[in-house]
Amino acid sequence: MTLHVNSILTKRLGMMLSLLTVSLLSPLSYSSTSTTEVASTNASDANLWQQNLKQAAGETVYWHAWGGDVRTNDFITWVGEQTEALYDVKVKHVKLSSTAEAVTQVVAEKAAGENTNGAVDMIWINGPNFLAMKKQQLLHGPFVNQLPNSKYLDLSPNSAASVDFTEAVAGLEVPWRLARFVFIVDSKRVQQAPLSMAKMLTWAQQNPGRLTHPVISNFMGTTFLKQALIELTPDPSVLQQPVNEQSFATATAPLWRWYDAIKPHLWRAGKSFPENESIQQQMLSDGEIDIAMAFDPAAPAAGIASGLLPTSARVFVPSQGTLGNISFVAIPYNASHTAGAKVVANFLLQPETQAHMQNIDVLGSFSVLDPNKLDAQQAQVFATLPSSEALPTLVDLGPTLLEPHASWTTQLKQHWSQRYSQ
Amino acid sequence: MSLSSWPKWLMLTALAVGILVPVLAGLGETIWAAFGILPAIGRHTLSVDAWHQLFELPGLVTSLRLSLVSGFGATLVSLMLALFGSAWVYHTSEKESSLSRLKPFSQAILVPILAAPHAAIAIGLAFLLAPSGWLARLFSPWLTAWDLPPNLATVQDLWGLSLTLGLIIKELPFLWLVSLVALKQIDVSRQLNLTQSMGYSHTAAWCKIIVPQLYPLIRLPVFVVLVYALSTVDMAQLLGPNNPPTLALATMRWYNDTNVQLLLPASAASVLLGVLIAASVLLWEVVVRTVMFTSKVMIRSGDRTGKYSIFTGVLTTALPITVMLGLLSLLVLALWSITWRWSFPDALPTSWSYNYWLQLITNVPLALQHSLIVALISSGLALTLAIAWLEVQDRFGGHFYKITLWFIYLPLLVPQIAFLYGLKVGFLRLGLNGSMMTVMWAHLLFVFPYTMLSLVDSWRALDKRYVQVATSLGRSSWSCFWRIKLSLLLRPLLLAWAIGIAVSISQYLPTLMIGAGRVESLTIEAVSLASGADRRLVGVYGLLQALVPLLAYSFALLLPRLVALKK
Amino acid sequence: MSLELRSLSVTTSTHVSLFTAVDIVIASGEVACVMGPSGVGKSTLLNAIGGHLSTHFSVTGEVLLNGEKVTHKPVVERQIGILFQDPLLFPHLTVGDNLAFGLSSNVIGSKNRRAQIEQALEQAQLQNFYHRNPATLSGGQQSRVALMRALLAQPQVLLLDEPFSKLDLELRHTMREFLFAQAKQRNIPMLLATHEPAEAQAANGPLVILMPA
Repeated sequence: MTLHVNSILTKRLGMMLSLLTVSLLSPLSYSSTSTTEVASTNASDANLWQQNLKQAAGETVYWHAWGGDVRTNDFITWVGEQTEALYDVKVKHVKLSSTAEAVTQVVAEKAAGENTNGAVDMIWINGPNFLAMKKQQLLHGPFVNQLPNSKYLDLSPNSAASVDFTEAVAGLEVPWRLARFVFIVDSKRVQQAPLSMAKMLTWAQQNPGRLTHPVISNFMGTTFLKQALIELTPDPSVLQQPVNEQSFATATAPLWRWYDAIKPHLWRAGKSFPENESIQQQMLSDGEIDIAMAFDPAAPAAGIASGLLPTSARVFVPSQGTLGNISFVAIPYNASHTAGAKVVANFLLQPETQAHMQNIDVLGSFSVLDPNKLDAQQAQVFATLPSSEALPTLVDLGPTLLEPHASWTTQLKQHWSQRYSQ
Repeated sequence: MSLSSWPKWLMLTALAVGILVPVLAGLGETIWAAFGILPAIGRHTLSVDAWHQLFELPGLVTSLRLSLVSGFGATLVSLMLALFGSAWVYHTSEKESSLSRLKPFSQAILVPILAAPHAAIAIGLAFLLAPSGWLARLFSPWLTAWDLPPNLATVQDLWGLSLTLGLIIKELPFLWLVSLVALKQIDVSRQLNLTQSMGYSHTAAWCKIIVPQLYPLIRLPVFVVLVYALSTVDMAQLLGPNNPPTLALATMRWYNDTNVQLLLPASAASVLLGVLIAASVLLWEVVVRTVMFTSKVMIRSGDRTGKYSIFTGVLTTALPITVMLGLLSLLVLALWSITWRWSFPDALPTSWSYNYWLQLITNVPLALQHSLIVALISSGLALTLAIAWLEVQDRFGGHFYKITLWFIYLPLLVPQIAFLYGLKVGFLRLGLNGSMMTVMWAHLLFVFPYTMLSLVDSWRALDKRYVQVATSLGRSSWSCFWRIKLSLLLRPLLLAWAIGIAVSISQYLPTLMIGAGRVESLTIEAVSLASGADRRLVGVYGLLQALVPLLAYSFALLLPRLVALKK
Repeated sequence: MSLELRSLSVTTSTHVSLFTAVDIVIASGEVACVMGPSGVGKSTLLNAIGGHLSTHFSVTGEVLLNGEKVTHKPVVERQIGILFQDPLLFPHLTVGDNLAFGLSSNVIGSKNRRAQIEQALEQAQLQNFYHRNPATLSGGQQSRVALMRALLAQPQVLLLDEPFSKLDLELRHTMREFLFAQAKQRNIPMLLATHEPAEAQAANGPLVILMPA
């Protein structure tokens, strides 16, 4: 006991000492890292950023992020080590089992009138959670343009980094990793993967109990439903508009027909579902099912490397393409360490950080930066990343399908649970 | 109120402020929200919309049914097994079976399961029972001919049976040990001798004479089990069905939904859960009293030939299986923690790795540090408070004895969910945001009653004549307190402390909700990891979670022996 | 009816005898006494006869009931009643229900049973005590209920382990007389462990002096 208390005390002491040294040496330590970043922005922006760095020094950023993936957790730890060394900004990863927990926390704080000292400094967020926080005005910003590294992003109005589930990002969140919906199979057991939703029905009929999807309340469960909807609906462009009763009924009729048909052939006759995609991948690894899902094309390669998936795990995508979106980080309106959170967000956009992240031995997530905005040296770092047999190239992945308007997701969830919850 | 009894009033005030106020304030916030008032999301008017919304949520009836089946099932079966287990400990038969040789060790066997948090047992059990779990792997494919796991719902089944089993496994040791302690207040062996000499069998004697005397002594622990089983979130998440889940888990999900408007029906659901639990406790008590009354009437016939054989047959089989499953659940966690890959249907890991343990040693996780600090301080505080309260009762008499006892046990008898969200908002209002201190306070709400629960009987069973003798020899009451009471009660005191540690380590919701993510804990880590795919890491954390309380128990059991040896 | 002990002794798990072997025959209606220094094993001897020994002990020699060996018979089938120092009335049952619990199941019909219990209460001079809570009874009253309960079970033999030692002198005397009368009336052998020579004398039956082995 005393040992632990001591170690915490020494840590505190160490932090205070390092604060002191940093504040003494700060002009030196900043200039070495920031000259290149600031070069292209104008002088007043550079000054603002310098101010932000100064304010951030010594802060600890509480980053609320889903904690179910060890490699992501390790990456976040690495980010914290880097920002601590470079900017004296520590990162504490608050591991969530669902991102909504962080949203609830901010809501509860607002309830209690806690408008400045919130527990959440930064959230890994996108889609419905973003929409909810934006609507409730729970987010800080716009701040993306304040980050020097935002120059590497394609921020034109309809680019992937400017729209989150058809909702305008409006500078309230910063992209950090690219996500593509993919299926995973054990290539030893499945030679011929079903490359469309119609074929998936036939496959399920022939292989009863070998297919399932995560619970619909889970992000991956809804994604699967949306993927099916886009493929089956008569006119996918309708999905880009906010939903109304009429458009919902017409657009989803074929989806429900398809789901009614496939449900009895699902794992446990479609009466029970895995909690999330990690559990689903574990079931694939255990041999309980043959097809799993991920929102990360590098998932099988990463899973093989860490012993979580069999070496024969491979990606497949429907021939029409799959949903893609971007993972963002956002800062709540009442964050205690806004400056620090911006430093961390900016660090995530550093080309070296993105390349490190894309490395299959680290995380294997595709970079969110616009390749055209990188210089030759930076592009070279990406080109020389190691590859893996289980890692598809961007070309293998085919076209990216647009996320429907977020209101569709809410409706899909509600209707699914009305139709299929006992 | 006389001036000399100020310690008593001080204690009462401390209890009221420390326990009653937070629980009631938390409940209050929740009830307001259930009736439409939650300023945070711009709701300021009284309404019953939340209730309409709640009753329209799909699957509500199934959720209710699941909660009731697992709650009553788990309580009933674990109580039966605990009573049967206690009977077995007192059964002296001339034929020594191999099992009865375990009798002297029965408590030691139960301690790991008692010490391990609910989540650890649940995680282990889930892997044990799953169609691709360890049991299936042990018997495949040579016996079952399964090359691939079968499509059977052996965990997270729709009736919540695996959840019920998990609860039984975890609650049996608690009720069993509580019964064994309580039985020390009853002259069991002579009463059994007497009853058997009148021609009643051991089982008949146990059911007709011992159980009716024992039950009133363990009524409160049984209620605690019933309430826990009806309101558990972490176990339901790991072992229960999820479409829809139990009422408690469904409530938690609504609280955590992206759609913040669901906070209102979530609060209504909390209130509903509270009502359900109150009604269940009442129903349980009514049934127990009816059974007791009927059995008293039946005793009058003097019938010695009760038909117990089927019953005892089932229990004889079920008891060792239940205990075995608990131990295997912990063992399989240990196995996973040193695995690299383990494919179906290999009976043992395909390849091994000590990586995670190495990582752990080189970089002690914050979760372990925080858990230890919170556990040590809250259990220490709880023990001090418990001793202070009992001593004050001894010296100043207890006018309010019964009622204060109910205050103390209140947090165990109200569903956690129903007041934790409100308590969190309350703490936030006071500016106590997610600090170590508030988490300790929240833990204390649960650690203190369990500490009391385990200490109160031993304290009151202490022969007061020792103290009288010492006082008559001119000892001051303080010297009596230190030299007589505390040293005679060393063993139960240490045990109560160890139970406090175990309870603190196992808290999931209080740490999660009150800690706002800033205070980490082994249990949060284990449960959130269990929602991911890395069983190896889950194994490490699950095992750590079980090891810390186990060390505390071992310390509590060994220290008195060392002291005795020295003397 | 008779109880016979043939070189009966009790040994510990390390095969040490607790006391010198006992040989005695007790006829119906007789009250035999066991005496000896305290701690010698009077209670253990009674437990050996009744079949209540814990597994740490074992019996040598034989116990015979009406000539039949019952040494290793299960307690439940021996029909040897026992009365301890404490009355051990079951606190969750009324006085009447305590007696009903003891009353042999050979007596059938609830009216009939009730009548027998009332009769027993009368014999013990405890009329109108049926619905009383045992805790409200005096020591002497509790002892009488305990004795009646043991007798209502219709035992073949009754063992008494210093049953009245906690009562005051006068009460002890009355209880003793009551007991001897019951032995005569029920016509069963009784074995009384005592450390009072006066009691042994009053019993006027065979005497065993237990000596450490």
